[in-house]
Amino acid sequence: MLKTASVLELIGVTKRFTAPDGVSPLTAIERVSLEVRAREFVAVVGPSGCGKSTILNLVAGLDRPSEGRILLNSIPVEGPNPTVGFMLQKDLLLPWRKIVHNVEFGLEARAISRAERRQRALRELQRCRLQDFAESYPYQLSGGMRQRAALARTLAIEPAIVLLDEPFSALDAQTKLILQKSFAQTIASSGITTLLITHDLMEAVIMSDRILVMSERPGRIVDEIPVDLPDRDDPLARMSAPRAREYVDHLLASLHLQEKAA
Amino acid sequence: MSASEFTAAVERTRTLGAEPVAPAAQVGAPEHPAPAPSAGLSSPTSILLGSLAFGALFLLAWQFLPPALGVPSYIIPTVTDLAREFGRMIQRENLATHVFSTVTVATAGFLIGSLLGAAMGYVLGMSVFIEKVLSPYILGLQIAPKVAFAPLFIMWLGYNAWPKLIVTILVVFFPILVNVLQSMKTVDRDLINLARAYSMGRLQIFWKVEVPASMPALMAGLRIGATLAVIGVTVGELVGGNTGLGYLITFGEGQANTAMVFNAIVLLTLVGIVLYAAVAMIEARVLHYIPRAMR
Repeated sequence: MLKTASVLELIGVTKRFTAPDGVSPLTAIERVSLEVRAREFVAVVGPSGCGKSTILNLVAGLDRPSEGRILLNSIPVEGPNPTVGFMLQKDLLLPWRKIVHNVEFGLEARAISRAERRQRALRELQRCRLQDFAESYPYQLSGGMRQRAALARTLAIEPAIVLLDEPFSALDAQTKLILQKSFAQTIASSGITTLLITHDLMEAVIMSDRILVMSERPGRIVDEIPVDLPDRDDPLARMSAPRAREYVDHLLASLHLQEKAA
Repeated sequence: MSASEFTAAVERTRTLGAEPVAPAAQVGAPEHPAPAPSAGLSSPTSILLGSLAFGALFLLAWQFLPPALGVPSYIIPTVTDLAREFGRMIQRENLATHVFSTVTVATAGFLIGSLLGAAMGYVLGMSVFIEKVLSPYILGLQIAPKVAFAPLFIMWLGYNAWPKLIVTILVVFFPILVNVLQSMKTVDRDLINLARAYSMGRLQIFWKVEVPASMPALMAGLRIGATLAVIGVTVGELVGGNTGLGYLITFGEGQANTAMVFNAIVLLTLVGIVLYAAVAMIEARVLHYIPRAMR
């Protein structure tokens, strides 16, 4: 069934980098296996330097695994892939382009007409509630709005999966909350499959269906926690649920943060 | 372009290189420009008046101070001496022809030099290999005093416009090459990865990301080039030939006509200012997307 079909599969993926001295290789992630099913929202948490972003680069096809396989809709990833959309902490908007042209950017390598490109861009801007800023330049927007514009650009390519690499970590606390809600609604309404990489445990709990916990380098998946909470499209409501706190405590325990702080 | 626009454009070069950063603001509210500074000493009118007053004071001092201190006019001619000599130069020395020659060579040299410099910068920026192979030589040539080549070019090409033009091109070429190359090397890797993830090819990335991203650096290079072009053409004219403002300087020197030398220097400065202002105007258009912060 489509409901349970996996969009993304990592099977025993290891990535080693050559160290600067050229002798001892650095293992970023080791035998990572994970699966993201259609319409699912999966969060990956872990200590810094655990190779979270390596996973993103591998899935986006910007880098190749040393071992193991990566399947997108059952097809092996062999290079940059038009079915993957990714977003970073930086919005990566092109400052010399108007917002609408920024949203069109991802479609420009494709054989679609100018008119359709524009139409898709405007549709996504509408979805991200930025239709009034289509003709603005990035510098005229606030940090939160710029990040929403980046989401519109990511969704415009109609990806099979969206990879979010700490997209809220450069924002102030209030903007972050508003944006988390905004993203959750947009993602729920478009039904897009999402993999969120974050170091913010509460963020993982309030936004996702399932959380994967990674260990320190070399990164391995050490725990998997299904989040059984309602309101995935409303992180603020989840945040005030008492059980959200329990999930965060559980995550703290699996990351052994208490012992490290002691 | 008004004087204040021009100063604003000059101001902006100082902040070049810095990425435009939008200050954080509440979601839902667009960025508003900072409120204009309150009137008073920092208002644009009083700044303009201050500048004009300083200029007037300077000219007055020039006019009256040297005679008062007993400095003869063949050492420092007064402002009125300069004006008189200026009129004579127009009538007797074919000043218009000399100015025209200097402006033409400076402009042509600037255009050709920037075009070649930018093209070379982009080519080297695209190919790490060629860049690494050539970089010591580029550095060497960049350090070499290009104007010192002028006598060589005269020996090779004769007393005509070519040596001047080639010196000007050479002088303009390097700062633009270096600026463009540097910007190509510092384009945000994540931006390039984004374009790659969107299945863009090398050429598309070049035109859609790298070239626009290099514009601030190119414009800064063009500003430097505009001022250097005047130096290049002046040296070319000083060393050889019988036309141009640089030639008038040596000619005036030979006749012990200090006023003529001064006038030629003033005119060369004006040529430079016009060239620079033209670049600043183009830059204001090209870089319109960079917020005009902190005037």
